[in-house]
Amino acid sequence: MSQDSTNAIDVRQAVKRYGDFTALKTISLSIHDNEFFTLLGPSGCGKTTLLRMIGGFEDVTEGEIFLYGQEIESLPPNKRPVNTVFQNYALFPHMNVLDNVSFGLEMLGKSKPEARQRAGEILELVQLSDFAARKPAQLSGGQQQRVALARALAPQPKVLLLDEPLSALDLKLRKAMQLELKHLQRETGITFIFVTHDQDEALTMSDRIAVMSAGELQQLGDARDIYEKPANRFVADFIGETNLIDVTIKSQDGQRALCEFPNGLTLTCDARAGLEDGQTGHMSIRPERMKLHAAQVNPENFTGRVVENVYAGTHVQSILHLKDDMKLTVRTQNSDLGNSMVFEPGTEVFVDVERGAARLMAH
Amino acid sequence: MAGGTAQDNGTQGDTYKEVRDWLLAPAWVTLIVLVLLPVLLMLVYSFLTKEFRGGVIWEFSFAAYEQFFCDRGLFGDEPCAIEWTYINIFWRSIWQAGLATILSLLIGFPTAYFIATRPAHVRPLWVFLITIPYWVNLLIRTVSMRFMLREEGPINNALMWSGLIDNPLQMINTNFAVQIGLFYSYLPFMVLPIYAAVERYNFTLSEAASDLYASKWTTLRRIVLPAVRPGVIAGCILVFVPSLGAFLAPDLLGGAKNFMIGSLIEEQFKGNAGNWPFGAAASMILLTLVLVILTLYARQQARPDKGAR
Ligand SMILES: Nc1ncnc2c1ncn2[C@@H]1O[C@H](COP(=O)(O)OP(=O)(O)OP(=O)(O)O)[C@@H](O)[C@H]1O
Ligand SMILES: [Mg+2]
Repeated sequence: MSQDSTNAIDVRQAVKRYGDFTALKTISLSIHDNEFFTLLGPSGCGKTTLLRMIGGFEDVTEGEIFLYGQEIESLPPNKRPVNTVFQNYALFPHMNVLDNVSFGLEMLGKSKPEARQRAGEILELVQLSDFAARKPAQLSGGQQQRVALARALAPQPKVLLLDEPLSALDLKLRKAMQLELKHLQRETGITFIFVTHDQDEALTMSDRIAVMSAGELQQLGDARDIYEKPANRFVADFIGETNLIDVTIKSQDGQRALCEFPNGLTLTCDARAGLEDGQTGHMSIRPERMKLHAAQVNPENFTGRVVENVYAGTHVQSILHLKDDMKLTVRTQNSDLGNSMVFEPGTEVFVDVERGAARLMAH
Repeated sequence: MAGGTAQDNGTQGDTYKEVRDWLLAPAWVTLIVLVLLPVLLMLVYSFLTKEFRGGVIWEFSFAAYEQFFCDRGLFGDEPCAIEWTYINIFWRSIWQAGLATILSLLIGFPTAYFIATRPAHVRPLWVFLITIPYWVNLLIRTVSMRFMLREEGPINNALMWSGLIDNPLQMINTNFAVQIGLFYSYLPFMVLPIYAAVERYNFTLSEAASDLYASKWTTLRRIVLPAVRPGVIAGCILVFVPSLGAFLAPDLLGGAKNFMIGSLIEEQFKGNAGNWPFGAAASMILLTLVLVILTLYARQQARPDKGAR
């Protein structure tokens, strides 16, 4: 096999079917060594299924999975140098924290004292040394989460799989754990494959993100790529907030395309391969990439009427009606400068779209 | 007990308490009429004097217990030496019941595990299949087991026909037959509680163990068994206790030399030859034994460090 053995994981044309239901439709992707990789997508899109195939808990209907160049399809979970942090932690309820963490090391043939000592070190790393003698039921959710993490890290796997490990935690703890996880990944140098349906989490933590939907890979790239250059309507809509507009291509000069909104307004943006004149596509404009002005600042500005301002702490969200009541959301930073660009409901304003902010997509 | 420990303050609490006591009434009546009264009756009978054609004379006496524990020689005039006859029967019964429990566990656990790991919609069917034979009366089942194990029975015939043996095996009237009989009598009492425990078991724990490099066998031993232990123990108690007092299987399958406590007690109350106070005393001793075993077990369970490992 001429696999690139520097990749931690190579998924080659993997398909997963349950009976006649196809959970994964021909997925191919590579996960680099030492990478914080995230599988992101809505509920039911197949993230857990893919993760379980890598862990060895589901067999692969078609295709192959390689771990550092080695085909692993035939290996049972206990023979794969891969560990998992389960969504509900799956801590062994009858063992205390230390025994939970040393379990994997013992199974790898380490002597009990050695395994315990190493487990103690890992517990220190996740700041749980004081809880070593407790049973899982005597821990808070966040502490259980850290035990699960320590247990999976202790045998020093080549790849760590994490299935929505933070979803049961409250917001503040989740934010703290996001940073902690990121640091742990840097410190240990272990490849993390992290599953989440929370796009904020994905954007803040990941080196690269695979966006999935309905069993298909929609886009693979780093956070900035995914946010600023969504490959299709689904990704634009799923990641962050955006204004999605169906547009018709009026004309293009190779670089720029002139797009017409359903209400007749027009806007130029970067052209996209695969879209001819007269065809329809989708346009995504992020709310924070537009500004409101009392007077026109650019010939392409369009006018609209402020309907509502929603105060959201860091920013103010303004809902506008353009021509024919077309809705548009504009976000203004809550700062002295920003607040000077928020207008009372009912005011007629000019909307200025930053150059490069309008993203045209074929699908 | 019925008084409860809740903070019954004010009239509202009193009404609540009253209603609760009334609701508990059926349970108390059942407990008293069906459990306490019969046991008390036996206790009283065990201290009465025997009537020769069965029944009792209302006269206080230790005779029944003396007969059980004391050997006073042929003419009953020597000082009390330990009477081994009945203690031996008890000992053999405990041994038999223990073996039957182990046999049931060895077969019952895999069966229960198998059923609990089938898809949810076929599990009730499997449970149903397991319980079907038990719709037939125990006596009839035991008699048919006798028929199966006979010298000219189907098992021997099949073995002879296949050429594995030349002469029929002596299975009936052996310890083996008693074991088979007890096992067959009480198997569902082992399977059902274990099934209930395994069904509630979170199989993600097995996946986690496997993920942490544990083999299937280690996973079963270190993770599954501790989690389903209450079911296993309930199953063992439910098989051990009735096996200890069983009389149909030892009578019909074991023959005279595989006599068990159940048969001993049964004989005392049957026909004219019986000795009611002695039967009652043997029952009380059996009951005490079972209670001691269960209490010891409960004590051990209650130890706070238990299961920490
Ligand atoms: N054992 C199974 N049998 C049949 N279908 C299954 C099975 N496991 C998963 N599926 C289906 O496969 C699809 C993908 O499931 P998966 O658990 O991978 O989703 P997910 O992306 O992890 O979702 P979530 O965010 O809700 O966890 C779902 O439609 C699910 O119903
Ligand atoms: Mg999932």
